[in-house]
Amino acid sequence: MADITVRAVRKSYGKTATLHGIDLAFASGEFVVILGPSGCGKSTLLRMIAGLEDITGGEIEINGRVVNKLEPRERGCAMVFQNYALYPHMTVADNIGYALKVAGVPKAERRARIAETAKIVGLGDYLQRKPAALSGGQRQRVAMARAIIREPGVFLFDEPLSNLDATLRVTMRAEIRKLHQRLSATSVFVTHDQVEAMTLADKLVVMNKGQVEQVGQPLDIYHRPASTFVAAFIGAPPMNLMDARIDASATVARHEHLAIPISSAMAAALAGRDVTLGIRPEECRVLPAGEGLPARVDFVEELGSGRIVHAAFGSRIFAAAIPLDIRVASGDLIGLALPPAQLHVFDRETGRRLDVTHSMGRHEPVRQAAEAV
Amino acid sequence: MIQRTPYADAFTYVLMALGFLLLLGPFAVIVAGASQTVQQVNAVPFNFLPQNQLIVNMTAAWQRADLGTAMLNSFIMASIVTFGKVALSALTAFSIVFFRTPLKHFFFWIVFITLMLPLEVRVVPTYAVAADLFEPIRLLIAWVTGITVSIEWNLLNSYAGLTLPLVATATGTFLYRQFFMTLPDELAEAARMDGSGPIRFFFDVLLPLSRTNMLALTTIMFVFGWNQYLWPLLMITDPAYKTTMMSLVALLPAENGTPDWNVTLAGSLIIMLPPLLVVAVLQRWFVRGLVSSEK
Repeated sequence: MADITVRAVRKSYGKTATLHGIDLAFASGEFVVILGPSGCGKSTLLRMIAGLEDITGGEIEINGRVVNKLEPRERGCAMVFQNYALYPHMTVADNIGYALKVAGVPKAERRARIAETAKIVGLGDYLQRKPAALSGGQRQRVAMARAIIREPGVFLFDEPLSNLDATLRVTMRAEIRKLHQRLSATSVFVTHDQVEAMTLADKLVVMNKGQVEQVGQPLDIYHRPASTFVAAFIGAPPMNLMDARIDASATVARHEHLAIPISSAMAAALAGRDVTLGIRPEECRVLPAGEGLPARVDFVEELGSGRIVHAAFGSRIFAAAIPLDIRVASGDLIGLALPPAQLHVFDRETGRRLDVTHSMGRHEPVRQAAEAV
Repeated sequence: MIQRTPYADAFTYVLMALGFLLLLGPFAVIVAGASQTVQQVNAVPFNFLPQNQLIVNMTAAWQRADLGTAMLNSFIMASIVTFGKVALSALTAFSIVFFRTPLKHFFFWIVFITLMLPLEVRVVPTYAVAADLFEPIRLLIAWVTGITVSIEWNLLNSYAGLTLPLVATATGTFLYRQFFMTLPDELAEAARMDGSGPIRFFFDVLLPLSRTNMLALTTIMFVFGWNQYLWPLLMITDPAYKTTMMSLVALLPAENGTPDWNVTLAGSLIIMLPPLLVVAVLQRWFVRGLVSSEK
């Protein structure tokens, strides 16, 4: 158990800066997921916590101790790598027990702990095999056992599920979650997969271009994305975004020739401003042609549990998730309804969220999205 | 590009057969000649069939050239050179691949350049150094203090002198470097997370993984060490340190002596046996180490 504090941490390679001052705090026992597109610096941050990368500026504190200058082994972290990084010439047992061997743990104790750890991850029968004779999922388990056996205060996961096939990924995801409940060590999990992020995280950190975009609980982030980047990155299909101008005289937002009804609160607060409006596909409703806002179906994706309609709406394609009982085909004219209460509004210039209370009739001042750190 | 046409197939087989004969020809001459009498070996045309004088000729060659001492010396020399080369190149490649130091590229290029400077090219300066190791230090002391000291140490007529200049090897370093670079970075990082330092990582992970590589290098370098001629010829004047290649010269018939080529050939046969044996035993790993990288 250990808490982690990241203070104004920067990283640059020569003149190119990859992390621009990251501030984060993870509580002891928390499962933190760092989510972002490739190249956003999430792995670099993880590797800096692990001690595999030098820290250019700022401080990282684990359990109240600044670890900037400490070797990886002195930080009490264990890491699971994307490509497992098992020692190919050692058996599963030797792989799991290598850290103990290095630490000089006597052979008998080592053997007992290896057996115990192997049981936790369900590898008891494979101890004498070489990694080459294991499946992807089993190798991943060895990698996890190798981390668990050290009883670390912090688990670091660097995209550990990316090399697995889709089914196995779901199983391992659940196992990692169960493992965390059992060991309750602080875990930092880096991924670019938003489903992994949503399902695993106690606390979700969304990163972009070397900066933290938003920190919070997964559902909060989903429902109140702090920027257009987060809005578009989380959710599949992503949130529909469109430029619009809030009409000064009516409670509508104008997007090209379309007038989108908005709440009176938004109209009052943002009258005359250029904004970016967003709405989740599952909040869009599809109506018969002639009702709502006119759109033409481009194509339909069948998901089994429902379908996603991609429809030309103004000059852009909108995605709308609809239940199975509504049938549409490409080329159909439909109407789209965008419930005003479900509209997200962002500043056109900065992309940051503009918060407007949707309660009817009351006008509240605009408030910048507060970022819980 | 792989083509499959009958003509190309036939052509490649003919080439292969010719190459095989070309390689085998001299060997057949040695085996046949080594087992013939003086009269038979000098007969025209040469008879390629082996006769029954092999043991007699070998005994004669062994005694005439004192092959016992020479074989032992050559074996010691080839072993030290092989061991030194394998160890040194593994360490060099380790430091070039796994450490981030500002001088890394400088050292890499220094090693690279030595590829262009085989012993034959730098034989005179190398001999000068081996003959008088402390010359630079003496000169420095004389230049700084004006005092002429007479410390002297040379490597002439010693195993150290015989082997040290041959131990450095760019080829081996590159072989290891190529192999080390195929290993994922995460392997080293995983070892670091497991608390292992660089030395431990080298012995626990890198060495076991590069076993085939090591055996391939051993094969090449043993033959290389065994075949050295020029360097021992320069370094060794004491017959106690004589190597087989030097003995081979002693086995050549004298200008006006008996043309007993059968003894010379029997001697060559003895001398080529150890490297042949090493290659035969290690060839499986030799091919594997050079061709594939085990994952």
